[in-house]
Amino acid sequence: MLSSYFPIAVLFIFALILGGVFVGLSAWIGRRPYNKVRLEPYECGLEPADSPRKRFSVKFFMVAMVFLLFDVEVTLLFPWATLFKQFIASGLGVFIFIEGLLFIAVLVIGWLYVVRKGALKWE
Amino acid sequence: MELIIAAIKAIVIVALILQLIPVLIWFERKGSAYIQDRRGPNRAQILGIRLGGMIHNLADVVKLFCKQDIIPTKASRIIYVVAPMIAIFVASATVGVVPFAEPLHLGGLTIPMQVADLNIGILYILGIGSLGVYGVMLGGWSSNNSYSLLGTLRASAQMVSYEIAMGLALIGLFLVTGTVRITEIVSQQTGFHWYAFTQPIAFVLFLTSLFAETNRNPFDLAEGESELVAGFHTEYSSMKFALFFMAEYAHIAVGSLIVSLLFFGGWNLPGLDFDWIRVYPEAALSMGLPALAVGAIAFGLFLCSKFRRHKYNDARDYEVLIFGVPHVLIGFLMIGATLLLHGTTLPTWVGPVLVAALQMGVVLAKTLFFCAFFIWVRWTLPRFRYDQLMDLGWKGMIPVALFNIVITSAWLVFVH
Repeated sequence: MLSSYFPIAVLFIFALILGGVFVGLSAWIGRRPYNKVRLEPYECGLEPADSPRKRFSVKFFMVAMVFLLFDVEVTLLFPWATLFKQFIASGLGVFIFIEGLLFIAVLVIGWLYVVRKGALKWE
Repeated sequence: MELIIAAIKAIVIVALILQLIPVLIWFERKGSAYIQDRRGPNRAQILGIRLGGMIHNLADVVKLFCKQDIIPTKASRIIYVVAPMIAIFVASATVGVVPFAEPLHLGGLTIPMQVADLNIGILYILGIGSLGVYGVMLGGWSSNNSYSLLGTLRASAQMVSYEIAMGLALIGLFLVTGTVRITEIVSQQTGFHWYAFTQPIAFVLFLTSLFAETNRNPFDLAEGESELVAGFHTEYSSMKFALFFMAEYAHIAVGSLIVSLLFFGGWNLPGLDFDWIRVYPEAALSMGLPALAVGAIAFGLFLCSKFRRHKYNDARDYEVLIFGVPHVLIGFLMIGATLLLHGTTLPTWVGPVLVAALQMGVVLAKTLFFCAFFIWVRWTLPRFRYDQLMDLGWKGMIPVALFNIVITSAWLVFVH
């Protein structure tokens, strides 16, 4: 079972080496910046007006929170969907359908609450 | 032995995906040029050979390696260096469970034509794919630049939102397939029973969220150059920038592969009976080779007829001959091979290998179609506004996906 993950491990190592080699080679081959001013942040060509390390809109945080909740619920739907046909085959089709419907109803209620509260409203 | 084969396969398949990147970049430049009624890149040359701009990719690689590798003084150095590595890691690791053909049976050996045939299948792709947010997020944040930060915030919120729609769209598909293993999903789509036709809503939702996940137009607000200079990779230079660029194209390639496997039948093509070809490779070859030969000779002669001695007065005059003559020669070789084949029986390994090659060809053709679709959409549609984007994701696609799940499950229970 675990040995089927061996190629994935090879793939991961190869992908990491790939990124490392590219970054390393460009640092090695590329010309050295000979002017201190070049190392200033570029931003848009002018000198940066203020630091970016400051507060940003809470909307982005809200989206992240709502995503977390919804993604967990979506993940719970995966086994339900995959086993759906097996349940139908064993005669429990209506049961599993109503179970899923209830779960999706909870999801929809949560979604309606989020939308009504204006958490996803962008001006 | 099997472990060695698996390791070699892993590297070969990643190399194949990386091979697609320059082709896609060339296609994007040329395609955008022709959509905008320009000629596109055609200047870079090796000994006067230009290949319609394909040499530009080589020139780009050399140029990007030789550029100054800048780490801004205010940046968080470690995160700044690691972020592009994460981006390319995610892009090349997602290909881990994607099959290119049916498992190849050679002698006593069974070689699955993918890196690993995991039972979690698509869940692996969703899991690794969602790591892509980190590359963008860390890259933008660590540059310490207002525009990068804005691009990062937008990108992470957008990618995260469309991931839900993507997951929900796939649930509609899993209801019908009953499995998450990609090889099984493909083998269910024989003939024209492609899931793009039986699950059209899931298909459209999946494709749309793929555009958002890859940060492509019409969802490329992460780099929106009219507002944010270049978005999250403004401060990046040299090969670090190129890694973000490559990651985007690798994402497109892998995404197109997944779409063509899940929804467009993978290696199934109506009219191609692989079981028959596996048993009778001689018959298949003696029918397929002459057709291919005629096509190759016709194409080669067409190219050769374009030859004018003094059109440009440099090596470009002979470019058509460089492509045309080998096509004609290959065509004649194919006809010769067909004549030699007549009446002989081939060794038993020819059938399976031929089938695997054909299946890979079909999958790659479908993949290239979707790659072209990505490029076509980018140069056709305008960019969304940010509130429109989020509204489409949260208030449009999620309810539609849930509706699709309910309809599909009801249809399975009460009608099917």
